[in-house]
This record gives sequence, structure tokens and C-alpha cells, in this order.
Amino acid sequence: MNIAIYLELMDDAEYNLAEGFRTAADGHRAEPDVYWLCHILADQCGTHREALAPVLERYGRAREQEEPERLRTQMLPDTRSGPAGLLRDLQDLYTLASFTDITWTLLLQAAYGLRDRELLGIVQRCHRETSTQLDWLQTRMKNAAPQALIAAR
Amino acid sequence: MRDRIADIWGTRTPHARGTRWPVRVDTALEDGLAPEDVDRWVQSACVLCSNGCACDIAVKDGRMVGVRGRGVDTVNHGRLGPKGLFGSWQGMNGRREDGRRRTDRLTRPLVREDGRLVETDWETAMGRVVERSRSLLAERGPLTHGFYTSGQLFLEEYYTLAVIGKAGLGTPHMDGNTRLCTATAAAAMKESFGSDGQPGSYEDIDECDAIFLWGHNMAETQTVLWMRVLDRLDGPDRPAVVCVDPRRTPVARRADLHLAPFNGTNQALMNGIIREVVHRGWVDDHYVAAHTLGYDDLAATVEPWTPERTAETCGVDAGDIRRAAEIFGTTGRVLSTVLQGFYQSHQATAASCQVNNLHLIRGMIGRPGAGVLQMNGQPTAQNTRECGADGDLSGFRNWSNPDHIEDLARLWNVDPLHIPSWAPPTHAMQIFRYAEQGSIGLLWISATNPAVSLPELERVRRVLSGDQCFVVVQDLYLTETAQMADVVLPAAGWGEKTGTFTNVNRTVHLSDKAVDPPGEARSDLDIFLDYARRMDFRDRGGHPLPPWNGPEEAFDAWRECSRGQLCDYTGISYDRLRGGSGIPWPCNGDAPNGTVRLYEDGVFPTRSDVAETYGHDLLTGGAVSPTAYRSRDPGGRALLKAADYLPPFERPDERFPLRCTTGRTVYHFHTRTKTGRAPQLQNAASDAWVELSRQDAEELGVAEGDRVRVVSRRGSITVAARIAEGRPGVVFVPFHYGKREDGSPRAANELTMTEWDPVSKQPFFKVAAVRVERVAAGEGPSPAPTTAGSAPADPDTVPRTEGGPDAEAHEEVAPIEPPSAATEELE
Ligand code: SF4
Repeated sequence: MNIAIYLELMDDAEYNLAEGFRTAADGHRAEPDVYWLCHILADQCGTHREALAPVLERYGRAREQEEPERLRTQMLPDTRSGPAGLLRDLQDLYTLASFTDITWTLLLQAAYGLRDRELLGIVQRCHRETSTQLDWLQTRMKNAAPQALIAAR
Repeated sequence: MRDRIADIWGTRTPHARGTRWPVRVDTALEDGLAPEDVDRWVQSACVLCSNGCACDIAVKDGRMVGVRGRGVDTVNHGRLGPKGLFGSWQGMNGRREDGRRRTDRLTRPLVREDGRLVETDWETAMGRVVERSRSLLAERGPLTHGFYTSGQLFLEEYYTLAVIGKAGLGTPHMDGNTRLCTATAAAAMKESFGSDGQPGSYEDIDECDAIFLWGHNMAETQTVLWMRVLDRLDGPDRPAVVCVDPRRTPVARRADLHLAPFNGTNQALMNGIIREVVHRGWVDDHYVAAHTLGYDDLAATVEPWTPERTAETCGVDAGDIRRAAEIFGTTGRVLSTVLQGFYQSHQATAASCQVNNLHLIRGMIGRPGAGVLQMNGQPTAQNTRECGADGDLSGFRNWSNPDHIEDLARLWNVDPLHIPSWAPPTHAMQIFRYAEQGSIGLLWISATNPAVSLPELERVRRVLSGDQCFVVVQDLYLTETAQMADVVLPAAGWGEKTGTFTNVNRTVHLSDKAVDPPGEARSDLDIFLDYARRMDFRDRGGHPLPPWNGPEEAFDAWRECSRGQLCDYTGISYDRLRGGSGIPWPCNGDAPNGTVRLYEDGVFPTRSDVAETYGHDLLTGGAVSPTAYRSRDPGGRALLKAADYLPPFERPDERFPLRCTTGRTVYHFHTRTKTGRAPQLQNAASDAWVELSRQDAEELGVAEGDRVRVVSRRGSITVAARIAEGRPGVVFVPFHYGKREDGSPRAANELTMTEWDPVSKQPFFKVAAVRVERVAAGEGPSPAPTTAGSAPADPDTVPRTEGGPDAEAHEEVAPIEPPSAATEELE
């Protein structure tokens, strides 16, 4: 079943998103809300991975040859500086989080198809938090954009 | 006569539940003066905390010489506290030295020349402001302008500033220091009820069977309100008192139950108490079904918080958590008050919403004695919020509702697109960040002293003193902040100008001009209007913007702005406010005498077309989109918002093993700009200190009065130690004191961190990890007052705080019948 591949993909996406949040946090220490919240959200991604671990075991880790290299997301390499740099980094996080979000949606569909109650519960809970992460990223970017694009020097 | 420094709350006038609180008229006059020597009494209300005690100012020979409480007023029934009695009028008159009065008020504008501030005239000073303003507008537009105002101006001044900022310039960067004191109150009410607006009333104190004080040291912060509670406690049917505070405050000492959670764990405690109420079957199912949304989510969120788990997280006894829930769950009429212990702490909005939730699931709201008071810190904070001089839009309008913006545009006769409504107004901490980066090139600070009051002062000083941003400061005195400004404008203050303001329970008071301001000082209203005229702001019809020229015209314009809104002022006028009691809004055709409490019908302003906000996620602050809100329109039901507990970011560790909290002392207000100039108050609390628990002090080898250094990751202060009855692991530092004259640091905010609540954006002053190091033996006990704060551990070794003959005030008990409630006679 390809579901195993997608579960791994999910795990991988959450891992990359967590790392992305941490990179952004540490690169933008001077923005205290970004710093603290990104660390919290990184931890949240960590708990999503923990929640997913038992199902991942149950469906069996994807076999080597099925390793979905080409399906994976990219890490956030480094942070940029300045107000526009912050905006751009948050945009990268937004992309990663959107990917995570839609992957949860697809897993949800599969969970229904499988009538897998455990998976359903996990996906619903985690998905809700991922959507909130997206809401926050969007709120933060929308607030920052005019200043960064118009007034910043 | 009574020494009101030693006896803060004065003579008791006990009374029973449901009877009117007796009148006691308090008077303080300058040494040697008797009431008959006074030339005139001028109506006003005190501006040294949020309580809004009505008073008359005594004037003799053109000077303010004292003050007397107004017995006819429903807020204070004639009483005044120590700050009102001694700080209000003396605070305006300057410092007294060697018994001689020498005013150190600002009397002329100052401008910076070659790095020094020099006196100049208004033309020059305003010319510089306008020149900078115009060049920034030409260069990069209105986003280069930021305004940081206060919770201490008048309604008319805030509304004027709001119109200048939003309709004149078009900048979203306007906030008040109310962000530090009251932003969470507003945020929690908006999240739960759909709009700002105090549900309860002070009269609920006269009616309740239990009162819960959540992080609210009322005995110190609102002394007259505490007198009202004390008079019930000494009466025949005293209400139960539950105090939640890590310190052993005067409130804790009178409480039936004192919960002392570690600072930073409020949300865990609230979740624990709510769970207990749910499990013991005390939920009012009918009220929940008819008037709320979100119950299942709330119940699921609190479920893991068993009394035992809560007890462990908060460091309190599980039995006490059960007991608190039981008092809440089984008492007829419960009143809650909430303040900085929640507002300035970790998960501020979430925890304050949980207090609202408790009342909602018990149906304890909108009834006599059953209600919530989400308090304010400052006297006019309510007006900063309703007028839109902080992170709100005028008249509780919703920045993400285009109809509300249209409404304002019509009222101001400007293009709706001119009003910055693409995002919420920028909060204070972000304004300072933009100023640090230089994208805000003009920062205008009025009636506040961020160089002492903001967190992490080292950073604030850097922002204010750098050349990346031009700083204008408008104040009474050359404050720590003014000393770093590019232009300093001398302002007229309380008693020197006319205007109105509104207290915690929505009661509007008029403060009339009693004397002329010193030198060339001008009212904040005149200064703002002068700027508007020089900038030549115009509406679509070519008329000057704002169109008014004086306070009463500004008030009338505001009435129009408030028409039909929750904060409806249309039934209030200057004439109606003169002579009698203050009037609580909403006051209009339907409620001509004002409104004592809101939400009696259980209908809340959450309908999507009226709501002031569409709400936020309490954990991240992510905004709920208009579409998402509309799709599940609460249609008048209150929202039960829930959030799990998150540990505070900075937790004690080996290097910084103690948790530091900050707060007020009873004798001072804000950064002591006024109270520090009243000798009675200054002598009673002359210098900063740190409170240590007996156990921590023993471990550190520190004795009463020893000089100690308190160190956090951000800075350190050196102060004297008070060994007090507090909880081990927690230290307290008062926040009023700036740097000493020799430059040595003692401000609590050297220690605090730049971090804020994700929803209310209120900074966290109550959670910082610190260590304490002994520096040297002291020369006697610490300057901490013994009358308030945490009680000294060994009271016999510390002299009692007294004021002596200088601090004597007159009290007259029951000279008249108590004023009735504004809309109804009490039962
Ligand atoms: S309680 Fe507040 S408003 Fe009343 S007199 Fe004291 S400081 Fe002034």
C-alpha cells in the first residue's frame, strides 16, 4: 500500500517544518514573537511525529526501494535578514506548512477509506494544529508586509 | 483625622448584602488649611488608578491645595485612597525640597541642539515636528509615523489623536501604554463576548456571596474598591474571598482561600478549576445551551487537568483546587475581578478567557452580584480603547469588517481606503521594533514613560536615543524618556484642562479645569490640534480635520462616533456630568441614566455584523478569517474559548533558579511621575526593594535590609531585601523606580524579557528567571512598606510604615444618604 509511503512523507514533512521553524526562530531572534512562537510550533510538529509513530509502525516503514526521495520537501536552508527577509522566510515556512496541511488532508481521505479509527483521530487532531500554524503565519505576514515593502529602508 | 499612610483603607462602614454602601467623605488639604480657607471646589475624578474616584479639587490663590471625595458619586461614595488624597494635586505642583516648593514642571518646549536639550518657543518646536513629519510623508508615506500614548489623557484627546492618525495621516501605528496594563482585559472580553465592554459593575460587590480575585492585589491597586470589599467583609453576611496570587498580599491575608500558584502557571490552574466544576456537575446546562458556543471543546481541553496534575504544575494543594471550584460551583452569586497577575503573565488572554468561561458555564453573568470585572490599570485606559488610540478602532469597530470602516469614513468624511484597516493597529512592542529599525522615523510619545515602563530597558534606551528615529515627547516633567527626545513639549495635566474619562465599570466622569497650567504648557488636546492644523489635514469636503477646536466639541463628536455602538455616549453631555454622579455607558434613549451591568439578557455582541473582532487562536494569535467566523456565526452567543497549558518560555534553572514577578506598591503609580512628588507617598515607599521568602533568604544567607543584586539574562539591579511571607521560589520587585540619580540600576524592567501574549500583545512582566546574590549588609530594614505588599516575615524587627501628622486626612462618615444605583434602586 502506498499509504506507508505517504505516512513517511508526512513524518518527513513535519520534520522539515519543525526544523524550518527552528531555523527561522534562531535567525530572527530580534523579533521576539517570531522567536518564541516558532519554537513552540516546532515542538508541536514534534508531537505530531510522535503521534504518527505507532501508525507508521503498523503500516510498516516504506521499503528502501520505495524511498520516496522525489516526493520529499526541501528544508529551509538559512534565514535572510531585514524586514523583507523576515517576510520571505515566513513565506517559505508557509509553503512548507501548506504542504504539511494538504498531506494531512490526503491522509484523512485514506483514513476514511481504511476505516482506521486510530489514524482518523490522529490526523484530525494534528491537522487542526497545522491549520492554526498556517493561520498564524498568514496573520503575521499580512501584518508585516506593508511596513516591510513600503517603509523599511 | 487619620494617618492615611498608616491606615490605607480608613474607617470601616460595614453593611449587609443588598444594602447601599454608606458614604464616607475623605478630605486632604495642604498643611495649615481648613475647608473654609478654600476659594473654590472644582469637580473632577482621580487619575492615579483605574478606579475613577470622583473628587472635588480645592483651589486657593490659583493653586491646587487639596482634594475631597464626592459623596454623591456611585463609584467611591466619597472615599479616596492615599494616592488620591496626597498624590493627585501635589503631583501636579512639582517637587518639594527642604520644605520649600520648587516646581520642576516643564514650562517651555525643548529641542535638541548639538546633543543637548535647550529651551525654545512653540513655533520652533512644532516647526521641527512638522518639518520632520512632512519630509517623512514625502519620502515613504504615513507608515513612517508612530504614536505611543497613554492611559492617562482624556477621552477628547484620544479621540482627537485617533482621528489625526487614522483619518489625517493614515497610519496604523498607534498604541497606548494601555498595552502594558489593560490590553488583555480588552482581548479577553473580545474573544469571549465579541466586544470590549465591562460586563459587571462595582455594585456587584454590594450584592455578591463570593468574590474571586484572580491575580488582582486590589488592596494596593484600587484601594477604594478594596474599602468597598472590606465593608462587606466586616458586615453581617460576609462574602467568601478567594485570592489567586503567588504573594501573601493584604488580599491573601483576608481571604478564605489563598491559592499561590507559581507565576506563569495560571492557565493550568484555570483548566484544573474548570474541570472540577464540570466533573462535580456544577455546569448550568441550560445557560450553556442557550447562550454559549464551544462547550464540548472546552470540556475536552480541560479534561487532562485533574486536581493532582494541576496541583503539581502550579505548586498548590489539590484540595485547595477542589475547594476553589466548590466555592465557585455552589455559591449563589459570584463576582470575579482579574488584573495584572493574569494580564502580564504567561498565556494572559487564555487564562483571562477562562475566568469568563467559568462565569459563562455557571450562568453567573449579567445578574446583581454575579459578574466579571476585567480590570484596567490606568484611569483612562478604557477611553484609549474605545476611542481607538490603541490597537482598536474608534467605537469598538471591527477593522476587518468593511462595513464598519465605511461607517467611520462617513463619519469623518474621508475615503475609506485612507483608513488603515488592512491589519490590526500595530501594537506597542512592534512600534518600538519598527522605530529600532528606522522604518518608523517619527515616534510621538504622549504622557508615558517607556524608558522605565517597557520591558528590557537596555533595548528601549537604544531605540529612543539612536538617530534612526526622531522622538517627540509630550509630558508634565522631564522624564527619563523626555531626556532622550529630540523635541519635548510641555503639557498641561489634571486640573489644568477640561475633559472626561471612564473608569473600569464604564462610569464616565468630567474633570474640569481648576487652575492655569504653568508657563507655556498646553493641554494635550491643544497640542494635537495644533499639529493637525499645521499639517493642514482636510476631509473630503475640504474642511479641517478634526473639525473641532475644544474639549466639549470633541466630546460631542465622539458621542456621534459612539452612537448605536455598545459604548453609546449619546445620552451623556458635559452638563449632565456636572453636579451629580458619573454615569455608566451605554447611556442613550433606551437607558437614559446609563447601564449598571451588561448582558442581562444573555445576548452578546458576537453576531458577525456587530462583533468587534472575529477572534484568534489563543495559543498562537492566528486570526480567524471573516469567512470562517461567518460560517459559524455565534449570533449572540458567548464563545467558550479554550487552550491547553504551555509551560512559560523562561523557566528556572541552575543559573537562574528563582521566578521573578513585578508589580505596584500602594503608594505609587506608574513611574512615580506624580506620586514621587507627594512627600507623604514618597516617604512611605522611597526606594525599590526585592521581596524574598524566608526560606530563600535563609538559603542565600540574606537578612532583612541587606543589599542584594537581582540578576536575569537581560540585566541586573541592586536593591535592599525585604524578607517576607511569600512563597519560596518567587521574588517580587516593584516596577515604579527608574535608574537612581547616580545611574545605578534599580528598575524592575532591567530584568524582564521582551515577549508578549500572542493575542493581547501585552508584555510578560511576571515571568522572568533570576538569581539573587548578596552584596553587602544593609543599614537597617529595607524601604518596603509594611502596610501592604507581602507581610514582613518578622514584623517586630521592621518599623511600621507611618505618615505622621503630614499624612492626616479628614473622614466624615455618612454625612448624606448613599447614592443609589444609576438605573435602579438596590433591592
Ligand atoms: S483608588 Fe485610585 S482613583 Fe481612587 S483615590 Fe485611589 S488612586 Fe485615586
